[in-house]
Amino acid sequence: MGPANAASPGSPGSPGSLLDVRDLTVVFRQRGRADVRAVDGVSFSVSPGETVGLVGESGCGKSVTSLAIMGLLPKRGVHVTGGVAFDGTDLLALPPDKLRALRGRELAVVFQDPMTSLNPVVPIGTQVTEVLTRHRGLGNGEARREAADLLRRVGIPDPSRRLREYPHQLSGGMRQRALIAAALACRPRLLIADEPTTALDVTIQAQILELLRTLVAESGTALVLITHDLGVVAGMCDTVHVMYAGRIVERAPRYDLFASPRHPYTGGLLASVPRLDQPRGVRLEPIKGSPRDTIPWARGCAFAPRCPNRVEACTPDAPDLEGGRHALRCVNPLPSDSPEAKVVHP
Amino acid sequence: MLGFVARRLALLVPILLGLSVLLFLWVRALPGGPAEALLGERATPEAVARVKKLYGLDRPWYEQYLTWVGNVFRGDLGVSSRTQHPVVEELLRTFPATVELALVAMVFAVGAGVPLGYLAARRHGTWIDHVSVAGSLFGITIPVFFLGYMLKFVFAEKLGLLPTDGRQDPLLDAGHPTGFYVLDGLVTGNMEAFGDALAHLVLPGVALGTIPLAIVVRITRASVLDVLHEDYVRTAEAKGLAPATIRGRHVLRNALLPVVTVVGLQVGLLLGGAVLTETVFAFPGFGKFMADSIVARDYAVLQGFILFTAVIFVLVNLLVDVAYGLIDPRVRVT
Repeated sequence: MGPANAASPGSPGSPGSLLDVRDLTVVFRQRGRADVRAVDGVSFSVSPGETVGLVGESGCGKSVTSLAIMGLLPKRGVHVTGGVAFDGTDLLALPPDKLRALRGRELAVVFQDPMTSLNPVVPIGTQVTEVLTRHRGLGNGEARREAADLLRRVGIPDPSRRLREYPHQLSGGMRQRALIAAALACRPRLLIADEPTTALDVTIQAQILELLRTLVAESGTALVLITHDLGVVAGMCDTVHVMYAGRIVERAPRYDLFASPRHPYTGGLLASVPRLDQPRGVRLEPIKGSPRDTIPWARGCAFAPRCPNRVEACTPDAPDLEGGRHALRCVNPLPSDSPEAKVVHP
Repeated sequence: MLGFVARRLALLVPILLGLSVLLFLWVRALPGGPAEALLGERATPEAVARVKKLYGLDRPWYEQYLTWVGNVFRGDLGVSSRTQHPVVEELLRTFPATVELALVAMVFAVGAGVPLGYLAARRHGTWIDHVSVAGSLFGITIPVFFLGYMLKFVFAEKLGLLPTDGRQDPLLDAGHPTGFYVLDGLVTGNMEAFGDALAHLVLPGVALGTIPLAIVVRITRASVLDVLHEDYVRTAEAKGLAPATIRGRHVLRNALLPVVTVVGLQVGLLLGGAVLTETVFAFPGFGKFMADSIVARDYAVLQGFILFTAVIFVLVNLLVDVAYGLIDPRVRVT
């Protein structure tokens, strides 16, 4: 990376960044099987208060990236290398008890499935107050008052009754609100939301996203939004990272990315989103093949087998992420003025 | 909750009525009878007929049944043909012994089994896990009478640490107001009797608790392994909670649900008497007494004891269901 990149948003090493992920690699090892490189040299950074999107298909390594940042991957059979600096502290090198003291207080996470992310045999109240008693040292009564206030802020009506209820008595949307309340209880400086709306109804999705946006803006919390949904990214993120097969293939400010996607994969993603301004009868363009049609990065671009712009130069070497504000990893990108509608697959 | 308990208790009536007919017929289907057993092989037919008449066994079976049921409703379970004592008296003498033994066995099984199972799951795939799985297999397969004699040989005879058999040192001057010897020691303030009764329970308790222990280890291990992969445990980790909170509130509380069921079933089984253990340790309990009564074709004792076992089994299961509801709000009964 040249010095020109240093100031660009989202690139690693930006001055004053809150979270700095550098060359993060996660390899799953299982006896008798080939190693699986789920995350491969991912670098990005998040400034205080910024909202950053990580976008990609299922299995591209988004969630593993978030779990690696939080130190929540299993210890055995998983090999994590690289660096995750949070406010200058290397999280990967932090002893477990120190990391525990940070998790839930300074960095928090909201997971995908609210149906399974709450403990079924513990009242909602306890699941919110336990963060407060642990990290802010509140007494029981104080923590309950604070928890009721939190539930009210995330839009749960009649919070003092809800505190006594169990997860199965709440709807999916309510549960996700409760999880958001618990995550934001200690006003963390960084919130990772891993597909926070995927398991919810469309109408609820919009409410939850709006809620996240407001809360994050109010408290100045930086947000890493992990999603496969470009619509979600378009509404919320300052900077977007597009991931494919464990690597970031394109990084750009939101507007640039949507106006002129350069990587053929990003172009494909955008072309497969239905649009209101499209003439009737125009068919959506899916990306041909599936994420399984990949080749190891060591032998070139993993997207090559599915790529409409594939050329000879794609396969011998893995290209690097290059470029400043709008970085990408491609030897034959789409033309920079190309609107995504022009991306047509053969 | 109260309605649920009442409904379950009401269910006892048809269960016990059906069972009483079955067991009444079953007892009489055994070859021979109390008269033959009392008088021995060389009894003359006249003598046998005389004894049968004495116990009313010469009347048709339905007449005998109705008389018996009528007496049961009045709290009279009849008189043992073997010991000549009222069955109720024998029940009150032997059942507390078995309760004490079963409790010690279950405390051992749960107290050692849950931590071992949890540890095995946490250290999944390591030598600790392998040792505990192999050990629990060993625990399930080892015959109780063999283990009992081994324990007795090593800890009682060679090392002299614990008494060999019985419930209490006969030389000890101890009163027994409740029949639960350990409790009696406390009630009468006789700490020596209390300690002695407890010491008498250790070896038979361990022998009897070994199979439940092995089962509890396996169930706990499997269940903890499942729960550790649940999303809510990951949520708890993400909140940065103290390890003890995660272990107790988020892992064990969920993982113990299947363990509660198994423990309930095991307690029910153990309260039905542990013939082998009680025999090896000459422990005057429920199971041993019933086994002796089968040999003597002691109809009154068999009928009374089996009926009582059924009541206990239903009550223990009811207790398990109530406990289940206390731990798991999703199945909480109304």
